[in-house]
Amino acid sequence: MFAFIGRRLGTLVVILFGSSFILYNLTAISGDPTEQYKFQTDERSRAALRALIKQLDLNTPPPLRYFKWLKGVLSTFVGNPDFGMTRDNEAVIHRLSAAIPTTLRLITVATLSAIILGITLGIITALRQYSRFDYVVTFFSFLMFSLPIFWVAVLLKQFLAIRFNDFLASAVIPPGWMLVFATFSAIFWVGILGGTRKQVIRNAGIVFALTLGALAILSATKWFRYPGLGIFGVGIISVGIAFAMTMLSIGLENKPAIRASLTMVGITVLLYYPLQWVFDKYSSPLVLGALFAISLATGALVGALFAKIDRGPVMRASVLTALGASLIVFIDRLMQTWSPYFEMDGVNGRPIPTVGQIDPLLSDTNFWVGTLDRGVHLVLPTIALTLISFAGYIRFSRGTLLEVLNQDYIRTARAKGLTERTVIMRHAFRNTMIPLTTIIVVDLAGIIGGAIITERVFGWSGMGTLFNKAINSFDLNLLMGVFFITASLSVIANLLADLLYSALDPRVRIGGK
Amino acid sequence: MDAAENAIANREVAGLTQREIVLKRFLHHRAAVISMVVLGFVIIGVFSGGAFSFGPIHYPGWWKYGINDTPPLTQCGNGSLGCPTMSLWPKFLGGHGITIGEHPFGQDDIGHDYFALVLRGAQRSLMVTFIIGFIAGTIGTVIGSIAGFFGGRIDNALMRFVDFLITIPSIIIGSVIGFHFGNLGALFLALYLGLFSWTGLSRLVRGEFLKLRELEFVDAARVAGASNRRIIFKHILPNAVGVIIVSITLLMSGAILLETALSYLGFGVTPPDVSLGLLISQYQDSFTTRPYLFWWPGLLIIIIALSINFIGDGLRDAFDPRQRRRISLKERRRGGSPKADA
Repeated sequence: MFAFIGRRLGTLVVILFGSSFILYNLTAISGDPTEQYKFQTDERSRAALRALIKQLDLNTPPPLRYFKWLKGVLSTFVGNPDFGMTRDNEAVIHRLSAAIPTTLRLITVATLSAIILGITLGIITALRQYSRFDYVVTFFSFLMFSLPIFWVAVLLKQFLAIRFNDFLASAVIPPGWMLVFATFSAIFWVGILGGTRKQVIRNAGIVFALTLGALAILSATKWFRYPGLGIFGVGIISVGIAFAMTMLSIGLENKPAIRASLTMVGITVLLYYPLQWVFDKYSSPLVLGALFAISLATGALVGALFAKIDRGPVMRASVLTALGASLIVFIDRLMQTWSPYFEMDGVNGRPIPTVGQIDPLLSDTNFWVGTLDRGVHLVLPTIALTLISFAGYIRFSRGTLLEVLNQDYIRTARAKGLTERTVIMRHAFRNTMIPLTTIIVVDLAGIIGGAIITERVFGWSGMGTLFNKAINSFDLNLLMGVFFITASLSVIANLLADLLYSALDPRVRIGGK
Repeated sequence: MDAAENAIANREVAGLTQREIVLKRFLHHRAAVISMVVLGFVIIGVFSGGAFSFGPIHYPGWWKYGINDTPPLTQCGNGSLGCPTMSLWPKFLGGHGITIGEHPFGQDDIGHDYFALVLRGAQRSLMVTFIIGFIAGTIGTVIGSIAGFFGGRIDNALMRFVDFLITIPSIIIGSVIGFHFGNLGALFLALYLGLFSWTGLSRLVRGEFLKLRELEFVDAARVAGASNRRIIFKHILPNAVGVIIVSITLLMSGAILLETALSYLGFGVTPPDVSLGLLISQYQDSFTTRPYLFWWPGLLIIIIALSINFIGDGLRDAFDPRQRRRISLKERRRGGSPKADA
């Protein structure tokens, strides 16, 4: 095992060395940074040319220059990283360390939601194979595969951001749109639930009426202008989460699990007002992180106390409930910030921006305003990235789950009388996750370098912008810095994927043992 | 899969050759067939409509304007200039009748006919897509087959080479190449991209070869004295062709998006040439005033990529022997019992 990892790491180093050498030289010989001075003979241009040659060390041939660069990079291991200077005389490492968090922020939410949504839809379509729902989702996933992101981005800016901001001026939903939304939600849920024709009609009616009613209330109270859940909203949603989490992790027939989860909901509701006070007084990421950890620990404790024989699953259900309820409380607090944010100077009643990553005037005022500001700037890029990337997860998880469901051990599990929930969640889903995990790891590494276009259309300045700048201004050190990060991540992720695969799937043994 | 369905599915393919079965299954995939027709129409329309040159041959195309013609801007009803003249709304419903008019997609600022520009852009994008598909498909298949068939040291060396190429994201390669060699034109862009985008395919082909070369029929062929070449071309390749074709279609639908993305960033096809991505990047700001300059190139990209994806899906179903067509309840009742078939 260790010999295998050692050997692979050795190969990785060689590969990184080779590809960086080739990219360095390819870029160096493919253009001439001194081109603009070529035909100028006056003294000032000559001086500028000499300065440029000195700055970029152009008298050294590219292969030698590469080794100078490599020496700086390798000194990372003695605690003195030196990726060279950009052409604006700034350390590349500073530019990189400013850009990486931005890119991470851009892609984290999008990737997470793409994975969660994609896997969920993939599983539902696999379980409802060849149903109308399956066909519709399949069609849309192919459509999303085929969308150019820069084209979607323009549409989103126009039809989502600008229209939504216009709508917020009155926050009254027109009746026509209400009917459209209600119809869509009815079709969607009926597709997921399935059933006989009679059940379908009944479900459609219920969902349609519920959606219409909810929209009417939201419209009448101008909820989108003055949102908030309040203690009742938090309570009701948390109860829903408690039941859903119990159903997924252990099944509703397990009474201790339901009791534990509902106790967690009760604790959350009881602490709602004290928490608001804490949020007003001590809102810092540290305090919130601590509160979150406490909530999860309480969940585990409550689960352990209520459980009789099956401690693990009960604890899982109550911890998951605690997680959901904490998130709801957090979101509720953000919603309360919405209305003041709406009226602030930089926002002027148009809260969903079409470009930019942050509003520098607002982000430092207060934790909640800052978080909300970052959040609204994330809305459009996140939707665009999610739309493009979750189609792949739908297709992949659907295909894998279908393959797993055809295996003999699934038949065995059904034959010995396990409930369908146990068969799907414990036997099938877990085995579906094995290939999915490795794909996700590799995707995550690739996406850091792959958000170039998204950053460009939405005016973010992360890794993609650095890369663009590096190419356009012939900034070799900057380009190599970006390349070094993306390439190292991709090789490490590939190695990690191999190791994870063998850790998760006992049939796969690495290292030829 | 229960016995009754098996019986019906088996009876359908009884007495047919492998090729006939694949064709039959493919024709059953409605979306794939429709996509095939749509893509065919797009290709024929785009290459017969717009002018193009290939070496000394110059084909003028049936569309009356070229990309360099600047006819005077037409006046529209509401006083604006250069708006699209195409109308699909019949006269008796209060429209202008079904007509394409002088400039169906409108005109740009200085009067270029936008239909001609879109035709040229689609020609470029399709050409790049097919060249990438061809080059990457060939290289990927050859390298993957060699690595998978011979294994051992050759496999190790080739796969480390693949790892090495994978470290460089294709968009970075494309940008570096496009920025520095962009003036060489779309053909070179396609060649270079093709040279760098075969890695995923070669891994798949290698995996398939590794699996197939262990099977009994390969041993049988070897015992019968077949050469390596014969085993590869006669025994293994025909069994791997499904995987190869499907991944090439996926590669191509990825390639058209890569090309348009690069052109959008300014590293792909550069002016004065035209590509769909370039058109979008040029006219994205005019979306509120002249949306027709934005819609058409995007729609064409989606139509092409979507058709290729659906064709790939149809081929996957057709080639995969484990994948059976869904047998409807009606067919099952009509199809009779498995005993009748046995």
